[in-house]
Amino acid sequence: MPLITYREAIKQALDEEIQRDENVCIMGEEVAQYNGAYKVTEGLWKKHGDKRLIDTPISEAAFSGLAIGASMLGIRPVIEMMFMSFSYVAIDQLFNNASFCRYMSGGLMHVPIVVRGPANGGTNVGATHSHTPENMVASHPGLKVVCPSNAYDAKGLMKAAIRDNDPVFVMENTLLYGEKWEVPEDDYIVELGVANTLKQGTDLSIISHGRCAMLSLQAAQTLKQQHGIDAEVIDLRSIRPLDETAILNSVKKTSRALLVEENKPYCGVDAQLSHLIQFKAFDYLDAPVHRVSAIDAPQIYAKPLEDWQIPNQERIIATALKIFA
Amino acid sequence: MATTKNTSATASKKAQNFLDAPINRKLSVKHKLDLYRTIVGIRRFEERSLRAYNQGKIGGFLHLYIGQEAVATGIVSLMEENDHIITAYRDHGHALAVGMSMNECMAEMYGKYTGCSKGKGGSMHFFAPDKHYWGGHGIVAGQTPLGAGLGFALKYKGLKGCAVTFLGDGAVNQGSFMETLNLVSLWNIPVVFVIENNGYSMGTSLKRSSAKENLAHRADGFDMAWEVCDGHDVFEVREVANRAMQRARDEHKPFLLEIRTYRYRGHSVADANHEKYRTKEEIEEYKRTKDPINLIKSQLIADGTLTETLAKQIDQEKKDEAEASAKFAEDSPYPPRDEIQRDVYWEVDNDTEQKLQGTYFFND
Repeated sequence: MPLITYREAIKQALDEEIQRDENVCIMGEEVAQYNGAYKVTEGLWKKHGDKRLIDTPISEAAFSGLAIGASMLGIRPVIEMMFMSFSYVAIDQLFNNASFCRYMSGGLMHVPIVVRGPANGGTNVGATHSHTPENMVASHPGLKVVCPSNAYDAKGLMKAAIRDNDPVFVMENTLLYGEKWEVPEDDYIVELGVANTLKQGTDLSIISHGRCAMLSLQAAQTLKQQHGIDAEVIDLRSIRPLDETAILNSVKKTSRALLVEENKPYCGVDAQLSHLIQFKAFDYLDAPVHRVSAIDAPQIYAKPLEDWQIPNQERIIATALKIFA
Repeated sequence: MATTKNTSATASKKAQNFLDAPINRKLSVKHKLDLYRTIVGIRRFEERSLRAYNQGKIGGFLHLYIGQEAVATGIVSLMEENDHIITAYRDHGHALAVGMSMNECMAEMYGKYTGCSKGKGGSMHFFAPDKHYWGGHGIVAGQTPLGAGLGFALKYKGLKGCAVTFLGDGAVNQGSFMETLNLVSLWNIPVVFVIENNGYSMGTSLKRSSAKENLAHRADGFDMAWEVCDGHDVFEVREVANRAMQRARDEHKPFLLEIRTYRYRGHSVADANHEKYRTKEEIEEYKRTKDPINLIKSQLIADGTLTETLAKQIDQEKKDEAEASAKFAEDSPYPPRDEIQRDVYWEVDNDTEQKLQGTYFFND
């Protein structure tokens, strides 16, 4: 299988979906002629032209709403937020209109749009550009959200999102764009709502998503080698819909859960997971559910501090050891 | 009254004209040299910050103001006791113009504890409320309603002043800005919006992002006065902005001022395409004919304020000051880890009794 970057995998997904369905178009700031602020759409404008790759003014509310309206007539716009932080400018469109149109019309209409872009910290750009709003999206029934942790998932989830009949947010990560994974050349999708077991284990379930899933996998290897703890690592991939079965089966097997995410802790995704585990696997637990989240404050700019604020190996391992203390 | 300037006159002829304008005739030799020092200082500071960025000492983003220096310098020089300013993320020039030190600004970009925001904000988020400078805002047009709020507060308190709100040409297409235009006109708020039109919203030219290239015209739709001028001549900026600011102070009326300027560098330093979406010749042509430093230098030499020797001396002083600021930043410590959770809530920072009621932070 070819080894390709996370960025290339997303581009392939967009490219292939544009070719598969004449209603798929890409819209956003600098996505066409500039080739994308993070080069995710590089070459696609040249290949597919103005109709399919559309540069917008800096008007997130307008082009988000426009995408929603167009989707009502069967267009399938994929809108890029240069940073998912910029979606905050379009909150009414995305969190009111996109999420509730199906419901408030009694199912008469639906909004098949994709909102994609980087949603991560760790890049030394300060609080306004470092949001991880998957929890916010997930708390709006009607919206779906996925957080691919690797290139294979990024391509498969992107394709699934584009073919999905509801609004789907795809949370990417600038720190992963240049990382490489094996990705098959043939057409495939990764279904929403299906978690991935990155590593089997018996002692502890580390449940995570996005780049933190990769950090958790590395931490699990250290825990095994240096501490004799055999952790299982579950990558959620999809936040809503959520693969409850995978989470519960793992916790029932290991009896211990460590939840790792880049979100801030209050009402983070893992707050919901924590409830789920105590509610549906209470009798199986040998220890309280533990969490590693971003340190609870706006994102700090100073790089060494930010590296400490978001989850890292040191904090994941220290918390895992606490569970066994 | 809405008017447009004839921008076809030669630079030297115009320059002489604007130096003769009443607001500029009042300037003492010291004031004129201060303008020169500020413009040169911004340039040298940013050149030094670019080197630090390229050396990996500054991370994240670096949006340089090089080429636009005369705009912030000219307008800030007009600020009176109750005037305030606010801008977006290309904020270094405004910061130095209001009198923030190179040390605190450079240290902030290095993420150091001695920075103006203790290393918490970075390049895009400089603030100095004591100097009436309210940032430094990262999201396009996000600062524009805040600027209206500053003006609202002035009027509310019965103070005679204005709030100058800077934005780029890309920001004019954000809903928040258009909503704000209506509000400030409807409520007669003393705010002067200054569109620093450098022709490109990131990599998208004005022509490809705005339906009509004259951005100030939009004020007509809100029954608001407007004007367009060039931004490379600090004396022209002062002449035009003075009238807008005076009107805002005297009549509590908003004003939309579009200043045509140019950035030499990319949208940010990470913008590798900036010689693709525009030509190298276009950049060189502006530098050759409209560089703000060259222009003020020739104007001040012509009127006897400045000599080549003094110009060189000032240039060296500013280079040295910028170099010293990099050393200061380099030698400064990072914030301690417990700073991450300071400056989030009043009660916690001030250790009030209320701090005991309810939980403020939620890490295990």
